[in-house]
Amino acid sequence: MEEKIIRTQGIYSEFPRKGPSAAPAATHYCPGCGHGIIHKLIAEALVDFGIQDKTVVISPVGCAVFAYYYFDAGNIQVAHGRAPAVATGVSRARDCVVISYQGDGDLASIGLNETLQAANRGEKIAVFFVNNTVYGMTGGQMAPTTLIGEKTITCPDGRDPLTQGYPTHMCELISTLKAPVFVERVAVSDIKNIRNARRAIRKAIEIQAEGKGYTFVEILSPCPTNLGKNAVANNEWINTEMVKEFPLGNYRDRTAEAERVERTTSDFSTESLEKLFELDSIAAPIEHKDPNFKESQVKIAGFGGQGVLSLGTMLTQAAQAVGKQVSWYPSYGPEQRGGTSNCSVIISNDRIGSPVVYHPDLLVAMNRPSLEKFQNDVKPGGIIMYDAIIGDVELPKGVKGVAVPAQDLAIQAGNPRGANTVMLGVMLGLGLTGLPEEAFQTALAANFAKKPKLIPMNLEVLAFAQKWVKENVK
Amino acid sequence: MATTLVKGNTAVVIGALYAGSDCFFGYPITPASEVLHEASALYPKLGRKFLQAESEEASINMCYGAAAAGHRVFTASSGPGISLMQEGVSYMAGAELPCVIVDIMRAGPGLGNIGPEQGDYNQVVKGGGHGNYKPIVVAPNSVQEMCDFTMLAFDLAFKWKTPAYVLADGVLGQMIEPFTYPEKAVVPKIDTDWAVAGIPETRENLVTSIFLNFDQLGKFNDYLQEKYAKIAAEEARVEMLNCDDADIVLVAYGISSRIAKTAMDEARKAGLKVGLFRPITLNPFPVKEAKALAARDKMTFISVEMSNGQMADDLRLAIECKKQVKLVNRLGGNLIELNQISDAINAAAK
Ligand SMILES: Cc1ncc(C[n+]2csc(CCOP(=O)(O)OP(=O)(O)O)c2C)c(N)n1
Ligand code: SF4
Repeated sequence: MEEKIIRTQGIYSEFPRKGPSAAPAATHYCPGCGHGIIHKLIAEALVDFGIQDKTVVISPVGCAVFAYYYFDAGNIQVAHGRAPAVATGVSRARDCVVISYQGDGDLASIGLNETLQAANRGEKIAVFFVNNTVYGMTGGQMAPTTLIGEKTITCPDGRDPLTQGYPTHMCELISTLKAPVFVERVAVSDIKNIRNARRAIRKAIEIQAEGKGYTFVEILSPCPTNLGKNAVANNEWINTEMVKEFPLGNYRDRTAEAERVERTTSDFSTESLEKLFELDSIAAPIEHKDPNFKESQVKIAGFGGQGVLSLGTMLTQAAQAVGKQVSWYPSYGPEQRGGTSNCSVIISNDRIGSPVVYHPDLLVAMNRPSLEKFQNDVKPGGIIMYDAIIGDVELPKGVKGVAVPAQDLAIQAGNPRGANTVMLGVMLGLGLTGLPEEAFQTALAANFAKKPKLIPMNLEVLAFAQKWVKENVK
Repeated sequence: MATTLVKGNTAVVIGALYAGSDCFFGYPITPASEVLHEASALYPKLGRKFLQAESEEASINMCYGAAAAGHRVFTASSGPGISLMQEGVSYMAGAELPCVIVDIMRAGPGLGNIGPEQGDYNQVVKGGGHGNYKPIVVAPNSVQEMCDFTMLAFDLAFKWKTPAYVLADGVLGQMIEPFTYPEKAVVPKIDTDWAVAGIPETRENLVTSIFLNFDQLGKFNDYLQEKYAKIAAEEARVEMLNCDDADIVLVAYGISSRIAKTAMDEARKAGLKVGLFRPITLNPFPVKEAKALAARDKMTFISVEMSNGQMADDLRLAIECKKQVKLVNRLGGNLIELNQISDAINAAAK
């Protein structure tokens, strides 16, 4: 009689990725290992649903790290425990079928976080969890799923829950989450169980083919090598002992109501980017030639909430409006503590070096601590503008002081929160930064672009402050 | 040409979008979080994919997945997060996956603080994970470069199939400067030669970094070293200011180079022949150019960095210790002071 070999569908017929071998069709798994059966069930399902071409199989570290020898699909090998994260990356980038094939150490120990988070997000991935109660690849250490009393290399007297905790029940844990579509525990310990495992695995793959979301199938599987049993005894042990701790059955099935999870299509066009950034609304710089323009270094400081940082950005916007080189740098980090803040603005015709102002030409101090902190840094011949509210001050020699009733003027101008705009108007009125009035108006418009109602109010404050300069500063 | 004001961390995301990146995965950490915020606001508006990961380990592995699928993906973090990503970056180097990692450095070690420092130099430039690999590292020093170099990092990562870093710091991330948008966006294509994209053309492909056979892994490592040598020969970039007649050269990257430039300008005003050597790529380090400076009769190098001589070491190696390398640095989250550099220049000029 002619010998008939029935080949498994979806599995390569030889495994050349192993390198030169006398027996290219032999697997790398031990005799009696459950991985082979599970591979076969998954691969056949991929063929049956016609999705090999669009499937990516992810094999992390563990005995199944070489799953890519076998699966006739796209394959990615990944780090220990990180398969659900990698699977997430693949699945978010591309609307394809993603399979994460993991052992118990990988999934329930080092990768527990990734496992639960991916499940909780309802990623479109099929996780196949091979529970053999030990770390296979590294030689039989205790796993999160090792049974109480079970001996492994690292619990030679048997697992003691008082020191090593209890077995981790992954199906039970995952089914506490809302997002998973299908969660089931099966075994490959006898024919009946294998048939049932086949059904569950096919169901999970079908859900993926339909793009409905997260599925989790835990498979109790023999590791005769590390359990010190022969294959028959190991399977019997699964059927009698292991199932007591890990009851077989379905833990979640919302296939009927689950709908396809759609993914967006990425738009790469230059036009869309230009629209997103509203590039056509960006104005060309205002023509402004000033042969006497000199670089100015400005430090602005005060309490958080006094508009210190936005006064800085408005000044920066004014400089940008006439096409100057300009930089704005906020104090952040350690200096920010204690409720005071400051920022540096440099306006120049040339490329700017350090964006931090050490010796300002102009210091704007909105409160006393800021004044005291920075007044001695001001360059000889420099100017200090401070809020008159501060009261009596003793400024360093060679520095000009301007006391601005910023709070009062803001209130008089009908905009109590506009003290910082007052300061901006005084700067303009004093001609301090060499920038034209139009630049400041543009800056106000840009700064309040998101709250257009505030633009006219602030323009009024700006004019009010300029008038105050004319009438009060010699 | 559309020029406007933009913050450094935002410029990174603009660069990534124009570079054709359609996936971002990241985890919050100051001072890099704004990259995450901007990506979360902008990516979905173009149907591109943003996801806040559960940890930096997850971020980098999500990146690994999207990169393996052939997509242009990036993440951003800072010190402690970068430490956690190292395993994943090593896997990317081993699997030859292109990915861009942005490091907005903060001060360490340990939790340190969120002030600016450059203490991640070694863990980034040297390839802080396991194995014999080196990522490409570009170092911007302006808001414009935060964008332009992010685009450059994508180009280099894909050209050489390797992870590439943008190494910046908290100041560059926070500051605002005029910024000109790129002219044209990249429309990426999946490279079916190596990607595993879940399409018929890539069914045969495999992304892996495991070689059980020692000889095979030996060969693969030799191949990687050859690749790194080519990168070193072809991709080193440096900006040199006033170096032609200089006998004192400040060596600095990132924010330190901005402060060094101010120090140089002041020293020039005082009549001192001071130049600035700014590596744009830290790996590969611009060895040839540094060596040429070291070959002059009179030359003192001053390494200006906010780390404990991590870059000075590379400089010494580059110039084979032929000239003195002095170190001016500041650690702990405060910016290096202008007068620290000026004092060192004056001391060297004596
Ligand atoms: C970060 C890291 N830590 C440890 C290892 C070593 N390691 C390789 S496989 C493995 C255990 C895998 O066990 P399991 O997930 O149960 O799979 P099995 O081998 O039993 O199929 C470990 C700890 C590694 N590769 N990477
Ligand atoms: S060690 Fe165990 S899990 Fe690994 S191949 Fe052998 S039997 Fe299978």
